[in-house]
Formats: sequence, C-alpha cells, structure tokens
Amino acid sequence: MAATLPPPRLLPSGDCAVTVEFSRTIDDDANQRVLALDKALAASPIDGITETVPTYRSLLVHYDPGKIGFDALGEKLLPVAIQPPPPVTKARRWRVPVAYGGEHGIDLEDVARALNTTPDDIVARHAGGDYKVAMIGFTPGWSYLSGLDKSLHMSRRQNPRLLTPAGTISIGGVQAGIQCLAAPSGWHLLGRTPVRTYQLHRDPTFLTEPGDRVTFFPIDHKTFEELDRAAEAGEIVAEQVDA
Amino acid sequence: MSRLVVASIGPASSVQDGGRHGAQRYGLTVSGAMDRLSLAAANTLVGNEPFAASVEIGPFGATFTARDGAVRVAISGAPRNADVAGNPVAMDTSVTLKDGETLTLGFARGGAFTYLAIEGAIKGEMVFGSLAVNARAGLGSPYPRPLQAGDEFSVDAASGAGELRIELPKPISGPIRVVLGPQDDEFDDANKALFLGSEWKISATSDRMGYRLEGPAIKHLHGHNIVSDGTVNGSIQVPGNGSPIALMMDRGTSGGYPKIATVITADVGRLAQTSAGTAFRFRAVSMAEAQDEARKFAQLIRNLPARLRSADSVALNIEALSDANVAGYAVSAMDAGTWQVTAEP
Repeated sequence: MAATLPPPRLLPSGDCAVTVEFSRTIDDDANQRVLALDKALAASPIDGITETVPTYRSLLVHYDPGKIGFDALGEKLLPVAIQPPPPVTKARRWRVPVAYGGEHGIDLEDVARALNTTPDDIVARHAGGDYKVAMIGFTPGWSYLSGLDKSLHMSRRQNPRLLTPAGTISIGGVQAGIQCLAAPSGWHLLGRTPVRTYQLHRDPTFLTEPGDRVTFFPIDHKTFEELDRAAEAGEIVAEQVDA
Repeated sequence: MSRLVVASIGPASSVQDGGRHGAQRYGLTVSGAMDRLSLAAANTLVGNEPFAASVEIGPFGATFTARDGAVRVAISGAPRNADVAGNPVAMDTSVTLKDGETLTLGFARGGAFTYLAIEGAIKGEMVFGSLAVNARAGLGSPYPRPLQAGDEFSVDAASGAGELRIELPKPISGPIRVVLGPQDDEFDDANKALFLGSEWKISATSDRMGYRLEGPAIKHLHGHNIVSDGTVNGSIQVPGNGSPIALMMDRGTSGGYPKIATVITADVGRLAQTSAGTAFRFRAVSMAEAQDEARKFAQLIRNLPARLRSADSVALNIEALSDANVAGYAVSAMDAGTWQVTAEP
C-alpha cells in the first residue's frame, strides 16, 4: 500500500522550517495526507518540531535547528509522510449564512458578467456547493475551502485590494473562502457572513478546523445585521449539523 | 508601581516581544519584534528575559516620562539621538528616569526600529503567551494597536541597580543571506540570477507585514498563482507584478505567490533594520551554513548577559556625543502616509 504512494518533496523554507509537499495542485487525496501527517506528528512528536501548519497540499513544519538539522529531520519525517492516510472520520459540518451582493459582495455583478450569467445564478452555484475546510491561514480564522463549483473557477484580481471587510465571503482561482478579519485580498467578493471563525474571548476561539465541512445559505441584509449583533455578543451564528 | 507615560510617539510604534507561537495552524499571525537581537539586548540591560515585552519604536521620534516614581529603561537597535534633561544617553545602555524626567528619542538614523525595554517588562494580558501587537487582528496588550501619545504603562519602580552598557558584536555587513526555496523552481536560472545579482531597495510602502522590494521585475516560469502554502518570517514571495515582497513579523501564515527564497534567521533583523531607499543585495547560502548561523545567533542571544559592562565609561559618552554631531543629517524616507499594509492571500 505505502509503496504505491509517491513520496512527498521536502522543500526548505529557510533554516527553521521545512515544507512537506504532497502535491502542487488542490487535490483532496493530497489534503487528506497532509492532515494525516499532521495528526501523526501530534500523536508521536519528533523532538525539535515547534509547530505545524497544514495547508491544502503541504505541511509546513517549523523546527529548532538547535535541536535537529534539516537532513536529520527529513529522515524522520519521510517514513511518517509516506504512510497511507487512515479513512476519513466523521467530520463536523457548518451551515454558514451569507448576505450576497450589494455592499457586502461588491464583485458579485462583475463575476456574473465575466461568467456570462446572472448574480442569482452565481449565488445559487456558490451556496449549492459542499465544501471542505482544506486549511486555515493568512490571518486568524481565514478558512480556505475546497469544493468550489468548476464553473466558478476564475483567476484572482489583477490588482489586489488593500483592505476587504471582516466576514468577506469570496472566491479566487479554484478556491472559496471565509475571511474572518479585515484584510488585503486579491479574491472576488461575493458576500459577507456574520459568522466569526475567530473571536478572541469566545470559547472556542477558533470555530473551524481543517477537515470540517461547510455549506452556505443566503440571508437578506436585515438578517445579516441581526446575526452580526448576536455574533458580536459572542454567539456562534453558524449552524452545526452532524455529517 | 511607577508609570511610564508615552508623551509623544510617531506611527509604527507598538508593544512587541518574542511573538505569538503555536496557533499559526489557525492563521494566527506570529508578530513580535522586527529585530530580535536588539529587543534581547535592550531587555538584557534591564535584567529582563531576552524576549520580554518592550516598546518597538518606528523610524520617528518619541518621548517617555516617568511618573509616580523612578523608571529604569534601556535602548538598543536603530541609532538615535537620545537624552534625559539635556544629558545624552548612548544606545545600548540603561538609564534611570527620576520621577517627572523625560527620555527624548530622535529620528532613527541608519535603521528603522529601536527597542525601549523597561525594568520588570511591560505587563498585560497574554494571548498565546504573548503581548505582541498585531493591530489587524486586534491583538496585543496593554494596547492592541500602535502606541499613541498619552498611553502609559504600569511598571515596576526602578530597582536602583547601577547603569549598564552592553557590548554587542560589530554588526554584520554585506548581502542579506537567503536559502533558496521553497518555490525557487517556479523561476528559471536567469530570473534566479537576476534576483541574486541585482541591487534592491525597500519601498516606502512597507510595514511590519511585508517589505516591498524595488528593483528589476522577476518573471515566473508558470505564472504567479500557486496553491496557498505556508510562510515563515523572511519568506520572499514574488507576486504578479514581479516585485518581491519579504514577509516580516505580521505576515499572513500562508500565501498564494511563489516564494523564491527565504532570508536566514540570523539576517531577518538586519533586513528589518534596512532603511527605505538604502540599496542592498541578497546572497544564497547553503542550508548547512544557514543553520550554523541560526545556532550562533541563538547562542549570541543566550550569552548576552556575559556582554554587560558597567556604564561607567568615557567611551560611552564620546559615542553619545559623536552621535549627536550628526543630528538631523539622515532622516528616514518613510512618511507616516505611506507606512501601510501590503500583501494578500
């Protein structure tokens, strides 16, 4: 079994981190292996590793070169990395409300025009998707989702915006995303959610985990305001359902 | 308790420490001091742990006043004119402010960030073990934002310890060293040579998140979109316009542009202290050399207490006076208005 899996590449990320790369594209099998390696390292830690960061297709392993060198770490990582991932266990599923279009989704009409269809159709395709949290990164709670409908794949903006609002729901390339905090972004803004995937003094601080499933449902802008107030007060306004 | 009051301060100044580690997997930015060696030197001077929370002062001037008792502080990092009641204070020394006295710091000369450590360290509410300010995430304590005039810190009263100076090794000069990768194979040999062979300048539109580099445009082999991938302090990504961005302490934990190289740990602080507009080069080193330098850098920080000397030295005041002679000579090119954020997923 293990022998049939291509070994990942070990790419140096400076002198204190190594990228264990399983794939260069978004690929569910590769993501499964990333999450499996991450779990395996959590269960049987390698001395010197300080932190791991799972992404779609690679696991970034931060380590202390005072404790273990690049080559020695690679020799310990590879045997774990080539293990076949265990079958997927039951995932949590979140239903996330989104106010599409208007001031909350300033690119919705442009996206519809570029794809030769209507804004309503874009909303239906985006909200009709079944997504997986493939990774969390960039800023706190920024959940990168795989599973975007192929008809919505489009290049990122030529000129990224210096600031996009907290709660932005957007698409870029083959990816969909939930952005928690205001941040620069080169993606296309379709809407906004009142859900906070990260909220400092709430338990849990971080709502989503890599591996969770996500679906979206449209809400009107008035409902957005109500849910936003509830979320501000610390409520989790995403609905959690069992997979 | 005494208080240290921020009487005046420019933009790009904030509380920073060793950074917030352990939650990068949730996208929680590390933050922390741009120049860790200078942070550690300032802290060591006042008997703090090397990465205790201190004030990171941006390129502009600042003044701090002691209230309700004496406060002992130390400064290290980008050189500036400094004085207490007209008496010069040298860099890399400690000084005790009596109740009501003000420490005045001028503009940074030949650098960007100066660290003001306070005996007993800054106190506040830790998140993931850190007080470091990340303004975008609303994180940091006691003020989760850049500092403003009128802010104050509740601090330990000065212990009355004698003043110290610290003898730091002569700063390394020469190119900023990098390890190629993780995506150097997204560039052909000619473009890698262009990156390593050219002069670069840090754009004025740079900040704690990233330093934009001005120089030739670096072309990608297969376009500028990669599937988002993890980043580290010092990752040099190349976006669509071909102008590299060196990711600094407030970087996103992942990014979607190919990373041609990574600044070695020992040189991240040097890059951070490179003033906007100053020309510099990169040089690729082997992983073995980079890790050797990283270990030496860690050892230098561990051994800082052995470099402490009594401040009772003539040399010290000569240095302060010679610093004062070039007052106003080299003002940083970074304006408040262009000191802003620049990166995206």
